[in-house]
Amino acid sequence: MRVVLRARGDFGEWRDTARGLLAQGVDPRDIDWLSEEAVGQELFPPVPAPRSAAHRVSVPKDFLPLAESLICHSDLARFDLAYRLLWRLQSDKNLLLIKSDPDVERAHALNRSVHRDGHKMHAFVRFKEVPAPGLRRAFVAWFEPDHWIVARNAGFFQRRFTDMDWMIATPKGSIVWDGESVRFCDEPAEQPDIMDDADDLWRTYYANIFNPARLKVKMMQTEMPKKYWKNLPEAVLIPELIVGAEQRVREMAERAASNSAPVFHARLQSRKT
Amino acid sequence: MKKTLKARLAILSDAAKYDASCASSGTSKRDSSASGGLGSTEGSGICHAYAPDGRCSSLLKILMTNFCIYDCAYCINRSSSNVERARFSPEEVVWLTLEFYRRNYIEGLFLSSGIIQGSDYTMEQMVRIARDLRLKHNFRGYIHLKTIPEASARLIEEAGLFADRLSINIELPTDAGVEAFAPQKHPANIRRSMGELKAKIDEASEPTLQTKRRKRFVPAGQTTQMIIGADQASDATILGASAGLYDRYRMRRVYYSAFSPIPDASKALPLIKPPLMREHRLYQADWLYRFYSFGIHEITAARPDGMLDLAVDPKLAWALENRARFPVDINKADKEMLLRVPGFGVKTVTAILNTRRFKRLALDDLARLKVSIKKVQAFIEAAGWTPAKLIDRADLRTMFLPEPVQLSLL
Repeated sequence: MRVVLRARGDFGEWRDTARGLLAQGVDPRDIDWLSEEAVGQELFPPVPAPRSAAHRVSVPKDFLPLAESLICHSDLARFDLAYRLLWRLQSDKNLLLIKSDPDVERAHALNRSVHRDGHKMHAFVRFKEVPAPGLRRAFVAWFEPDHWIVARNAGFFQRRFTDMDWMIATPKGSIVWDGESVRFCDEPAEQPDIMDDADDLWRTYYANIFNPARLKVKMMQTEMPKKYWKNLPEAVLIPELIVGAEQRVREMAERAASNSAPVFHARLQSRKT
Repeated sequence: MKKTLKARLAILSDAAKYDASCASSGTSKRDSSASGGLGSTEGSGICHAYAPDGRCSSLLKILMTNFCIYDCAYCINRSSSNVERARFSPEEVVWLTLEFYRRNYIEGLFLSSGIIQGSDYTMEQMVRIARDLRLKHNFRGYIHLKTIPEASARLIEEAGLFADRLSINIELPTDAGVEAFAPQKHPANIRRSMGELKAKIDEASEPTLQTKRRKRFVPAGQTTQMIIGADQASDATILGASAGLYDRYRMRRVYYSAFSPIPDASKALPLIKPPLMREHRLYQADWLYRFYSFGIHEITAARPDGMLDLAVDPKLAWALENRARFPVDINKADKEMLLRVPGFGVKTVTAILNTRRFKRLALDDLARLKVSIKKVQAFIEAAGWTPAKLIDRADLRTMFLPEPVQLSLL
């Protein structure tokens, strides 16, 4: 059976469809899960799968948050994996506790990657100020997530940047806050072209907080992979900071301590004696 | 002519980088949805950038000023150094914090300062910055203030109402070290400040009789920092000092900062590469003490000079010295012993304990829990696996050493 979920296939869409299929006892092995976003609009749409918002399915309480996050992953196999877990949970309530089970392990791996993507969004979104018509200041950010995480992370930004208007635009939808409500739009956005003078101050800080005597480039890249660099204002400095590091340390070592202390030091010393 | 804001930011962030801490975690959960202000802290901290030194940059870490009347040999800002000096006004620090925060560069402010005029004068200015951020600007992000040695109790108490975390550096692991390198600092006074702060934190954590509510006071607790490699203290001495700080003053963290060459360094100190591996091993040992119930003596007993093995991590070093305790049966052993297996972290041990209620675990189950089989196999028994011979091998240690690296030309 071929099941094509609307658009990218959000959680509500998957849940209602999965309930319907489970009510009819359809085995996971007999379903081919797809989404419009993956297959495109088809000339002959498949017969809609049975949907059921009403059918009651009981699952352990850990399953819903796991499935909700899982369905945000960009891997097309997510729908099938979530349904297979749901199917297996019907006869094995403890399944999710068996962390070494291949399906459970895979679900946790996808879940981790969705969480990491959200965490990186919290970290690497960079707001740039734009002219505002009213009293509230306005900011716009451009971010490129790996997964469908924009809507589920809106609350974080709303709770944090409450006193300003902002928009976060991404190729996987946008969120907008105006002080009253958060709106989410599914359409892929275009990267805005905005300059913000504060970026220059931030680069000054970034260059100077770096300690050239402790160069650990690999460590930096594990946490801040290159794919994020193009949208981080500070990242343009990275190559020159790395290249210049050794020389700066050598210069510090070669330039012996100066023999004369500043005038105020002498004054301080004389005050004491 | 007065230096521009940008020029002063360069000087006062450069001067701040020798403080290792940048953590923005461990504080109370709060946000701005009710107040309509700016800022939130939601559990774990966020690293907004990483510099090429691999360090997380979470807070705007700056000095209010790098003028200082103290002359501590290890410090870039000591009065006898010829570094360029600068100073921010409290308004400038507030402005930078808010503007950086709005652009999502940072989680908040970590403010330290050189000592100008006197301890109370300096501390007063710092408290004013924190108070203005909170009360004038409705800021709910993270604030870490470095408290100034010898500042009066009244100021520390006020700082604690606005800051998430306070810290005062112990600087060196022994009193003799502090006296030799930081002649104006007094270890006994530093410890007294720590003790007083702990007492105040304890007091605030008791619900008041009238309202039954707890007072908000330094919710992320206090931390401190020690410089490693500037004096001759051994790892055993350092870790012993840390254990004392954790137990006596309930420090949230003791940071270790490998002494790193600074511009216009004092002649009293070695200008060598910072001992980064040693620093790393100390953090690992510190972790074993706090989260794996190891005693400091167990960690440092292996070598007579009291130094940690730089080639292997301290948990593996302990296991190699205590082979009689292995192999550990992962389907039967208790939590304490599982935590002692090199290659098992706290999360792995929890997963093993959960899973084994339902099935006997084999090596491929461990592999799915993302455990390195190569690292653990000599130390464990699992379904279908007994490493009887491995644990007795004379060359077991060498199996864990990194590949030899060819020396590179300078």
